[in-house]
Amino acid sequence: MEKKTVRMRVNGKPCEVSVEPRKLLADVLREDLGLTGTHVGCEHGVCGACTIQLDGEAVRSCLMFGVQAEGAELATVEGLAQEGQLSALQDSFSEHHALQCGFCTAGILMSLDSYMREHPRASESELRVALSGNLCRCTGYRNIVRAACAVAGVSAKKESDG
Amino acid sequence: MKPAAFAYEAPRTVDEVLGILAEHGDEAKLLAGGQSLVPMLNFRLMRPALLVDINRVQGVSAIEPQGGGLSVGAMTRQGALERSSAVARAFPLLAEALPLIAHFQIRNRGTIGGSLSHADPAAELPAVMTALGAQLVLRSRRAERTVTCDQFFKGYLETDLAADEMLVRIQIPPDPARSGSAFLEVSQRHGDFALVGVAVRLTLDAKSACAAASIVLTGVDTRPLRASEAERALVGSRLSEDDLRGAAALAAKNLAPQSDMHASADYRTDAARALTARALAAALGRARTTRQEPA
Repeated sequence: MEKKTVRMRVNGKPCEVSVEPRKLLADVLREDLGLTGTHVGCEHGVCGACTIQLDGEAVRSCLMFGVQAEGAELATVEGLAQEGQLSALQDSFSEHHALQCGFCTAGILMSLDSYMREHPRASESELRVALSGNLCRCTGYRNIVRAACAVAGVSAKKESDG
Repeated sequence: MKPAAFAYEAPRTVDEVLGILAEHGDEAKLLAGGQSLVPMLNFRLMRPALLVDINRVQGVSAIEPQGGGLSVGAMTRQGALERSSAVARAFPLLAEALPLIAHFQIRNRGTIGGSLSHADPAAELPAVMTALGAQLVLRSRRAERTVTCDQFFKGYLETDLAADEMLVRIQIPPDPARSGSAFLEVSQRHGDFALVGVAVRLTLDAKSACAAASIVLTGVDTRPLRASEAERALVGSRLSEDDLRGAAALAAKNLAPQSDMHASADYRTDAARALTARALAAALGRARTTRQEPA
């Protein structure tokens, strides 16, 4: 199938790629733009590993085609740190040991970054619901919740578990 | 897996979409939010020759007041409905169901028209729209027609849409005065498809008897299932605890849901009865405390 030219901005930088219409946005980011921080897990929208931001909103990049991003403003995990400084959320993940293998981390950061921009003082239970669209098979979520709570300025319940 | 190859078009107007559908018919598939279609493409459960991306079509994503109710463009994102003050104020059944649809990342892309056209038998919006008496506006090059949800949903992933038609608008009438509603579902995890769900709306008359009842189940049949017998039993009743319990039993009577790895048919039937009883009680409580006239 004929390739199409797609122009978009990714992490603030203008990009142009030439891709087949059937190529998933996640694969365009990874293979055509070299942004391998976005991970591909289930490829049907369930696991959340490929979550990025499209015009500021968290979306699954495995459920969009690259051609659909024409003219869009995308953000991936590579864009979270500014001038070599981790974002507050990334810092908190490091501080609270909120990752183990790290496969899910990019998607979780992009989901939470977007959610907490709209809900900066979210409660623990709201944060747990916000996290429910991202699967993590290592941590049991407990330290992820702690890291998110620390940024929101609430303390996670001690006894609660993932 | 990755999707099979397809041709791709991204028209800007409804007329262009209808022209493409008139020409290609069954070969073409409309791509709305893609949250159900793209997984099917990725699994190669579908291999359309032509994908018509309607995300750039103008004039089909507005939420507008219409005769006391709402007119919702088919491409309105579920997330936009969730954030809509008009929905929060006057359509409590819809507002209660929206957060139960998958996760916020999915609702950011998923559309109301996409969900209705996909017609998943366990989805929330088909049941809610049926319970609210919404009308669906379908357009083709040939004509525009308006159908009820009872006419629209035909079976498993099957609707009344012809190959050259597009769902363009959903018209939701206002709740009658003295109405209360509730949406309840059971799912294995937050955001999963419902094993069983129920949308209920009760309307009281001036003497607090039941003037109208709407009970629609999801997840128990190939399409949203209106519990007509239970609805009829409630109308005119005083809505006593026994009345509600009896209606819930009628709603679950003769159900023939599927057994699968997630739940048995018996479990689903029992859950349908229990959820209907709880939803009726919640809806009645809300109807009794609601304002006398709709907003």
